[in-house]
Amino acid sequence: MSTMLPLRVQRSNGPAILLNAVFRNKRWQYTAATKPSETRPLRSILIANRGEIALRVNRTASEYGIRTTTLYTNPDARSQHALSSPFAVNLGLPTAYLNGDRIIEVAKKQGCDGIHPGYGFLSENSAFAEKCKLAGLVFIGPPADAIEAMGNKSRSKEIMTNAGVPCIPGYHGTNQSPEYLASEASRIGFPVLLKAVKGGGGKGMRIARTPEEFLPQLESAKSEARNSFGDDAMLVEKYITTPRHVEVQIFADKHGNCVALGERDCSVQRRHQKILEESPAPNLDEETRQDLWDKARKAALAVGYEGAGTVEFIFDTTTGAFFFMEMNTRLQVEHPVTELVTGEDLVHWQLLVAQGAPLPLTQSAIRERIPQHGHAIEARIYAENPAMGFLPSTGRLTHLRTPTPSPTLRIDAGFAQGDEVSSYYDPMIAKLIVRGPDRHAALQKLHVALGEYEIAGPTTNIEFLKRLCVSPAFVAGEVETGYIEKYRDELFAAEKTPPEVWAQAALGVLLQEAQSRQVLGRGFGEAGSKIGFGADYQAREVHLVEVAADGKPENNVAMTVKARQVGPGRFALEVDGREFVPVLAELGANGKSLRSFFPHTRLGATFVREDEQITLFQQGRQYRLQLGLPNWAEEALGMKTVLNSVLAPMPCKVLRVEVKEGEIVKKDQALVVIESMKMETVIRSPQDGIVQKVVHGAGDMCKAGTALVEFIDEDSK
Amino acid sequence: MASSLPFRYQLTVLLRPAAKFAGRRRAQCPYQRRRIATYTHSHQAAQLSVLPTAVDTLSEEYKTNSQQFGDLMSQLEDLHGKIAQGGPQKARDKHVARGKMLPRDRVTALIDPGTSFLELSQLAGYNLYPGEDVPAGGIITGIGTVEGVTCIIIANDSTVKGGTYYPITVKKHLRAQTIAQENRLPCIYLVDSGGANLPHQASVFPDASHFGRIFYNQARLSSQGVPQLSAVLGPCTAGGAYVPSMSDESVIVDKQGHIFLAGPPLVKAATGEVVSAEELGGAATHAEVSGVADYRAVDDAHALVLLRRCVRNLNWPRGVGVSGVGGAEEEGSGGRGWKEPIYDVEELPGIVGTSLRRQIPIHEVIGRIVDGSEFAEFKPLYGTTLVTGFAAIYGQPVGIVANNGILFSESALKGAHFIQLCAQRRIPLIFLQNISGFMVGADAERGGIAKNGAKLVTAVACADVPKFTVVVGSSAGAGNYGMCGRAYSPRLLFLWPNAKTSVMGPEQLSAVMEAVGKTVDPDLKARIVRESDATFSSARLWDDGVIPPSHTRRVLGMGLMAAYGGKGEGWRESDRGTDTRWGVFRM
Repeated sequence: MSTMLPLRVQRSNGPAILLNAVFRNKRWQYTAATKPSETRPLRSILIANRGEIALRVNRTASEYGIRTTTLYTNPDARSQHALSSPFAVNLGLPTAYLNGDRIIEVAKKQGCDGIHPGYGFLSENSAFAEKCKLAGLVFIGPPADAIEAMGNKSRSKEIMTNAGVPCIPGYHGTNQSPEYLASEASRIGFPVLLKAVKGGGGKGMRIARTPEEFLPQLESAKSEARNSFGDDAMLVEKYITTPRHVEVQIFADKHGNCVALGERDCSVQRRHQKILEESPAPNLDEETRQDLWDKARKAALAVGYEGAGTVEFIFDTTTGAFFFMEMNTRLQVEHPVTELVTGEDLVHWQLLVAQGAPLPLTQSAIRERIPQHGHAIEARIYAENPAMGFLPSTGRLTHLRTPTPSPTLRIDAGFAQGDEVSSYYDPMIAKLIVRGPDRHAALQKLHVALGEYEIAGPTTNIEFLKRLCVSPAFVAGEVETGYIEKYRDELFAAEKTPPEVWAQAALGVLLQEAQSRQVLGRGFGEAGSKIGFGADYQAREVHLVEVAADGKPENNVAMTVKARQVGPGRFALEVDGREFVPVLAELGANGKSLRSFFPHTRLGATFVREDEQITLFQQGRQYRLQLGLPNWAEEALGMKTVLNSVLAPMPCKVLRVEVKEGEIVKKDQALVVIESMKMETVIRSPQDGIVQKVVHGAGDMCKAGTALVEFIDEDSK
Repeated sequence: MASSLPFRYQLTVLLRPAAKFAGRRRAQCPYQRRRIATYTHSHQAAQLSVLPTAVDTLSEEYKTNSQQFGDLMSQLEDLHGKIAQGGPQKARDKHVARGKMLPRDRVTALIDPGTSFLELSQLAGYNLYPGEDVPAGGIITGIGTVEGVTCIIIANDSTVKGGTYYPITVKKHLRAQTIAQENRLPCIYLVDSGGANLPHQASVFPDASHFGRIFYNQARLSSQGVPQLSAVLGPCTAGGAYVPSMSDESVIVDKQGHIFLAGPPLVKAATGEVVSAEELGGAATHAEVSGVADYRAVDDAHALVLLRRCVRNLNWPRGVGVSGVGGAEEEGSGGRGWKEPIYDVEELPGIVGTSLRRQIPIHEVIGRIVDGSEFAEFKPLYGTTLVTGFAAIYGQPVGIVANNGILFSESALKGAHFIQLCAQRRIPLIFLQNISGFMVGADAERGGIAKNGAKLVTAVACADVPKFTVVVGSSAGAGNYGMCGRAYSPRLLFLWPNAKTSVMGPEQLSAVMEAVGKTVDPDLKARIVRESDATFSSARLWDDGVIPPSHTRRVLGMGLMAAYGGKGEGWRESDRGTDTRWGVFRM
């Protein structure tokens, strides 16, 4: 699986109810325990993770009276997970969550009985699991050899094949002669995928759809692999044209019991990372479903699994066949989906298994239970810009308002308002999980809840998620891993900002300015009213800009709102050819909640301004606007020089500089490669020009807005 | 009133049994001598004062009155509406085509959003001059709120006869100044005027309450501590040139505003000199060379923003709303009411270095001392070797005077002007000293560097506000005096570790000694080096200590707190005034 970076939780009512459900089962579970002598109680655990998952684990542990110790690094000192427990230990460097030895040392020192690794970081590190055991600590996860077995791709396939779990047909052997590979391809059946053994990132990868295409594609893949990895060994696999990602949540105990807790469809992905996950998988017949569960259990039992795991399958929509991909030997990001459709607390299950207790539910009980809970779906809310290739975004969460949690609406988040989404860790802000009686109801609920989710500061994918929720093919359950690419036009279509939004933004600006000067309500009581005959001195033009989501200034939309104040909180507005007279508006004492009565309607909004950035939330939609630059600004502030340099779009480390000083570059030519949030980004030239100065070299850490490359000023030549 | 009667009745009824009860209590308890007090709600008490009304809005009389008055009102509304348009359409179109804002739009842009403007005497000049239409007397005056400060605004309307002063224009202008004086309201002049209306010269020029009185008032108002600010948004010719020149601070719009005693045609007629208006009295001339104007603006909007900033820096009482830098609660200051500098103060050593041969970029230093790195630089283009401007430290307004090179006549004059502004406004002064001295040489002496330097020294010596000095580099010669050295009684004086204090540099001193034919002690240079070191100075208490550059902000913050009597509340109203008595400025 692909999403492994650490994350974060907010209190929600949902889990409390789930936990009660688990509690009811407790009696049964303990009476049924076959060998109570094997149980080893956990009194205190260390949570070796950060963000929402650390909070999530903490919540369940606290619920059952288990003391928790949390860890943090310097940039995380004030993050919610670090504040969630009275026992919080600083590890120092941002990368220290990976320092297994140190973490074991801390656990020992804090008197912990076990370590919960969360997901990502050390969760699938077999050496760490082993070390925990040696140190006398319970690793709350599977045995080290199970992690090891599943971590090795070729070995896991072998084990799976022997256990009767279908794997993708392919050839992974050493005979690299083109003719032999071609014959293997024919055996597998076209289309086939050619992959460099050492490959990654799509390089050295080709699809051969027919036998005729095979050799030329092989040659092309080999040469690319040679150039990229210095090794052209190839493997051939069956290529699945419309694949789905379907995974099964399994749980196994120390007593040889193993159950499947339903499946999840996680097909909608971007950058090979999931963004929407649901259970049960749509458009899946019951027979296939049971087969999937069965194969998943077989897979787990084949490696002597214990605890929570996820068996991932690739599902061929055209043939209905499915193949084992890999097994994730940890609790996954999307586990709440399963919790909502089973009514179980999986972290609690993990703790139970780790203490040697048997599984709380039987497979048949689970099978009966899932249909009663309907359908659950999770949306991952990321600080990222979908229109710019889902580029991660950073910054302070200047405003955060969430929908109200309920038993059917759950929010797992690691951030609170005012927190910083830093470039050190995964940019996932929250997980929003809803449950409905069926898929349509759940989707509808998710759409509304996303509309109520207000985040200002970093750019988020909320609007994009909302579009997915109403995308007709998705609503019809026609999911596939290439969904976003396939429906790109529909999902990224531009939407016009209504005049009322511009009007409210202008009102927000004016009212906030007045409020910040504390003019309203002090001194002259009718401030803003016309006095006397004649002119009223209140007609102002407010210049606003809607910043293009794709970051291209030429796609920005400029708008002028003519606002004339006719009395305290009373305005006449003109925007985009529309007139609104009168508009009564008031800004709440928090400076954010804007309430306005237009002649035709009442409109509430949340108005958040940070410097020149305005974020307006109105009727469930988010608008990102900016104050227009005054005409004089460019000259008076000497802003022209800025246009001649290329700035770092986010805090980053310079990896490589691709140009030299004095070099003539073309528009879109790569200038600098930066790394931020574990992701490489190529900074391309915005123009044709000559590089005057490379401001920062490889290895430099840059703040957002730092000049990276400067161009020779064309005007000054 | 009618409704309150039954109320009263009810109360009496209700209170009677209570009184009885109280009586019984008294009998039982000899100590309880008082009766229980009758409670009257303030709402009921207020009813006593509410006026009754007997108006019958359906009566014939009412209807007739209302209709007749309504007619009168709409006549006046029409008349005022027409006047509010200003000059003829053609003149207005031309005005706007030049990229200028109409005068009423200027007023709107100047005042705070959400505040009202009380315009005065809109009917001035109405049917006053036969055959001449002078809407509003060609000038807009009124009371408005700028950055929370109630101000008098006086704006010429150049679409009306070129903004020239008719007798009624003068009268209206003077009336506005009188209001300013009586109420102590800062005056903002938006100047766009051709000066006196020549055909009417006899009625505008010579008499006591004619044109000259405007400048008399400006001088007197300024002396009384009533700020005078102006923006030159168009021509300012002849007498008009004195409006910005007599102001405390003035802004001029590039390629639009002109200040001259005589325009190019008159200059040509008088002296034969051919010169463009821009060269003669444009923004470049006045903001960079003559110093007649203090700020150069790109356009009207920019000029008005600069004026608003000037008002913000007046340190004017907080009558309505908030004035003063950093007064508003800013996000990101942790709710403390100010912003930390946006630049890293720990960068100071890297910026400064220890070699005094290299110029210290003083703006970089200021940006790491003041709140939010916000600095409203005064006269940024004139006398640039001395940097002056308004800022705040932990929310306290301060004036900063900082060296950015050798002191020339212009820099000294600018410094003296700025110190006067701060003394007038009771703003504490911060001197950032890195000075090797005043300019020397024949040109400088002929330019009166000694008397101009003396103005700076006089201003520093007499300014009766708390002064603080930080030596961030060199402190030599008369520069030490002009920049508030120890002899000028700064409340506190601190040195950075790299600071060097001596009458002149060791090399120069040895060279001078040789030149005057004295036998030079071979150790002299080494001794001077030693004697100018910060540790040498501090050991002799020539200062109050050596501080790490990154602590400058904190040191000044504590100093300001001490200056405010440890209350950290800013100046009391009784502290305001123009206590500073100046010595004679040798002009």
